[in-house]
Amino acid sequence: MTLFGYPLDLGPLWLTLQVASIATAILLVPGMALAWWLANWRSPLRAVVEAVVALPLVLPPVVLGFYLLVFLNPQGWVTQTLHSLGYEGQLTFNKIGLIIGSVVYSLPFMVQPLLRAFESLPRNLLDAAATLRAGWWDRFFNVVLPLSRGGLIVALTLTFAHTVGEFGVVLMVGGNIPGKTRVVSIDIYNHVEAMEYAQAHMLSALMLVFAVIVLTIVYGLYRHGNKEHG
Amino acid sequence: MSGRGSTAAVSGNVQARLGAFSLQTGNFSWPLDGITALFGRSGCGKSTLLRAIAGLIPRASGTLRVGEALWLDGRRQTPAPKRDVGYVFQDAALFPHLSVRGNLHFAASRAPKGEAPAAIDQVAAEVGIAHLLDRRIAALSGGEKQRVAIARALLSRPRLLLLDEPLAALDWKAKDELLELIGQIARTQRLPMVLVSHAPEEIERLAQRVVFMQDGRILRIEPLTEALMRADSPLFDRLGPVAVLEGEATPLAEGLAQLRIDGSLLTFPAAAEPGRVRLRIYARDVALARSVPTDISMLNHLPARICGFAASRPGHSLVRLCLADGQGLWSEITTPARDALRLAEDEAVVALIKAASVER
Repeated sequence: MTLFGYPLDLGPLWLTLQVASIATAILLVPGMALAWWLANWRSPLRAVVEAVVALPLVLPPVVLGFYLLVFLNPQGWVTQTLHSLGYEGQLTFNKIGLIIGSVVYSLPFMVQPLLRAFESLPRNLLDAAATLRAGWWDRFFNVVLPLSRGGLIVALTLTFAHTVGEFGVVLMVGGNIPGKTRVVSIDIYNHVEAMEYAQAHMLSALMLVFAVIVLTIVYGLYRHGNKEHG
Repeated sequence: MSGRGSTAAVSGNVQARLGAFSLQTGNFSWPLDGITALFGRSGCGKSTLLRAIAGLIPRASGTLRVGEALWLDGRRQTPAPKRDVGYVFQDAALFPHLSVRGNLHFAASRAPKGEAPAAIDQVAAEVGIAHLLDRRIAALSGGEKQRVAIARALLSRPRLLLLDEPLAALDWKAKDELLELIGQIARTQRLPMVLVSHAPEEIERLAQRVVFMQDGRILRIEPLTEALMRADSPLFDRLGPVAVLEGEATPLAEGLAQLRIDGSLLTFPAAAEPGRVRLRIYARDVALARSVPTDISMLNHLPARICGFAASRPGHSLVRLCLADGQGLWSEITTPARDALRLAEDEAVVALIKAASVER
């Protein structure tokens, strides 16, 4: 496809959205479970687990990507174990690698907002629900989730948006294979390297517009939700 | 403790450890009827015991039996949703994401065998919140929130209603109305209640019996009238000893009503509504005479017998009076007055009570 007379490859854009959506979907349930468990865990060890979960926030993405590359390399025990179980492919330099890298990288963005939301839930609302004969799942779906709506929306948005914008991890784990693992951020970098500023501009502008739209929708929903709760 | 041994009782021996605090009730039992108050200073464990009865203390151990049901047996607990209790929290704990009706529906839809939507309107009317059903929780006053919380607890059809200082955060007017409402529910629905309170007035107005607690232990369980006949009762505050008199009230004109005590009548300020009432009379508001005086503004003259004396603040003496129908009353008089009248045990006197000093 061409835009303003310049050729524009939509492949990286599509791949980026795909990886971000899948990674967010994969993280949703385990992220919630981990956040709930952390919010209710009374142990000094909790700080250690929280630190590990938050690691991707402070670690340079390239470092994270490097360790993942070492961990997931085709000769490593993880891949070899999968091969012995009948898995043919590999875990690096393909879409699976991109998704694994994204999931690890984005974990704190899913867990942190949910953890804060769960922690700020008034405990006596859950106690009240329990004395009103609501069992655990009943309480979770009818009290915890509705009251954590804001935190859930923030968690989903941050996870998705950060996966869209990642660079270091995907470059290390996915490589830069055109049509296979080249995501938007790497594509923009390539265009700049090749002095193709017009294409870089177009992709960057698309990302900018996308980010503004997503954030507007999210803050609209968040405000609406808060207003309902008073 | 008449309920010991019978099945219709709340009984057991509950232990729980929460940080530095430990609850060790010792063996206890009280009848599963009327309003039982858990009383003690803050930190004495009364709220912890209430939460343990509701099943909200996961690490509680010991035994707890309510009626036929064994809810705690060693470390084995019946989970809170499976206990037939209603719980009213100090801050109401209403669900902020639901309307008033939504909160009531939450309870009604989970009650045994379900509840027809009509039950919501009926209970809402009884509790006086029919006009609030479509309000948001944030738009309610403190008193309204507690009414909704009570209605919500009632709609889950409990066999035992637990109230954790439900009036502590309210102004005196809302407090007064809710005290009235709670007493009325206990009477009309014959719903047993356990009320946690550190306010003697609430207990004196509502409770049939008092569970005294200290440092995580139950000291003793007594009928309210007995507890009030101890001169050193922990229920007495800086206004001194108080007694409660119960009976059938008949309305009198002009915001007054009368309580019949055996042969005599006690006039007190009240709205004109007949029925059973409980009145609180402070010792300092009761004067004594050898005979019925004439030409005096205090119209309440109750014949009584002196049942005993007790020490009071310096210069004063406490006289325990027994009325003709067996109810007790305190009178605080100065020591010179006592000496002048030469009062002695078992003598007949007349208790003079100013009507305006009598409180519900």
